[in-house]
Amino acid sequence: MSDVLEKIKSEIGSNKVVLFMKGTPQAPQCGFSAATVQILNAFNRPFKGIDILANPDIRATLPQYSNWPTFPQLFINGKLIGGCDIVHELKDSGELKQLLDEAFGAA
Amino acid sequence: MMTTEAIEAILVQKFPDASIGVMDMTGTADHFEVRISWNGFRGKSLIEQHQMIQDTLKPQLEDGAIHALKIKTIVPAAV
Repeated sequence: MSDVLEKIKSEIGSNKVVLFMKGTPQAPQCGFSAATVQILNAFNRPFKGIDILANPDIRATLPQYSNWPTFPQLFINGKLIGGCDIVHELKDSGELKQLLDEAFGAA
Repeated sequence: MMTTEAIEAILVQKFPDASIGVMDMTGTADHFEVRISWNGFRGKSLIEQHQMIQDTLKPQLEDGAIHALKIKTIVPAAV
């Protein structure tokens, strides 16, 4: 297995919530990444942002691993949840809160 | 570039009993929105539903005929 795949698996295995994004949560470099960070911030749950612009190897490898072509990509409990559109839909339906509550225990 | 009809034809082949709408978002024949309502989505997560659409249009997404694709999947209300 390649090092970069090892790195991806280790990140999503050791962090309950990981957002692979363009830029950082403090300084997103893309509107879709920024919108997704904003949604996550509203839940007050910790998440790890990984900047794919600073990690071109992850940017090249993750879409094959996750079978998802674009960024951002949100993982909760090691599972791909979606990009900006899906995260938005899951927030509106209440499922995102449910997924986060399951990951961290109810607030 | 593609026509909305061509995209719809590909989707109909894969999801013959679905209700499908394809819109050209920008008038440039490369940014599309697909809305698809299909019973087969029942019980699947949104990511799985979207992946089914993306997989179906993978050649067109990869060769750049489709530059951007917004997907809205709907599980029809149970009758």
